Amino acid sequence: MTRLLTCKQFLRDLNDYLDQTLDPATLEELQRHVNECPNCWVVCNTTEKTLKVFKGFEPQAVPKDIQDRLMAAIEKKMQEEGPCCKKKHLAKE
Amino acid sequence: MSTPATHNGFDEASLVARAKAGDANAFSELVRHYDRRVFRMAKQITQNDDDAEDVLQEAFLKAYTHLDDFQGNSKFYTWIVRIAVNEALMKLRKRRSDRSVPLDEPIDTGEDEVAREIAVWDENPEETYSREELAELLDEAIQSLKPAYRTVFILRDIEELSIEETAEALGLSISAVKSRLLRARLQLREKLTRQFKRKGDDAFAYL
Repeated sequence: MTRLLTCKQFLRDLNDYLDQTLDPATLEELQRHVNECPNCWVVCNTTEKTLKVFKGFEPQAVPKDIQDRLMAAIEKKMQEEGPCCKKKHLAKE
Repeated sequence: MSTPATHNGFDEASLVARAKAGDANAFSELVRHYDRRVFRMAKQITQNDDDAEDVLQEAFLKAYTHLDDFQGNSKFYTWIVRIAVNEALMKLRKRRSDRSVPLDEPIDTGEDEVAREIAVWDENPEETYSREELAELLDEAIQSLKPAYRTVFILRDIEELSIEETAEALGLSISAVKSRLLRARLQLREKLTRQFKRKGDDAFAYL
């Protein structure tokens, strides 16, 4: 007996479908739904593209002045605390 | 993607080992490799440049102080992201303490998902917009999410932590992370579809 998923059920499992964390039986059910339901196909396809566009967007470099202040703060910390390996007792606050 | 591990001669594990052994240059190299990701995440969560700079500094200073406690069970990158997200959330909570919803309060369960704006996208939206325009669009879309959804999306889909790591970093249950992530993804999809949909297509064109 083939169970037909509703669009709502499909959407509920969309994350697991996209992240490919479903068991084979559920995966097949979802695949059948998405192959036959044009709306869910579009939602699935554009959600996938949404993730891709965000993931593919590399962060820009940290502005020079902010990076300079960061490195200066770290250098100061290194001088205060000494090398990582010699400050074990300090780390346990 | 330039995330963790070993690529282009960047060997995270050996840099961590050298930093732990007292090599200051190795630690600085780790900082320079990950600062832009930490800064972006801090900016996305706090929505404020000054706070983001504080978070960036605090995160790496704490990492230096506690490097001996880092066991190496997870990647250094995951560890620094978790430290930074805690710092960023503290900033956010401090700022919002008197008026807003705390991030760990139960919110929408995501039970009633509805998909609107159903339209296919232009073949190459990435080529239609300049890098700056695209950055602005993505940024606006992220900022429009509620903080509780935004933070989950940033950790899971931008910083690429696992569901479990995201739950742990935010002190949320797995199911809360999953339902917030679904909300976040669908809302972002909807917002981007308004920008990227193929000309002539409109909502429910495929019904």
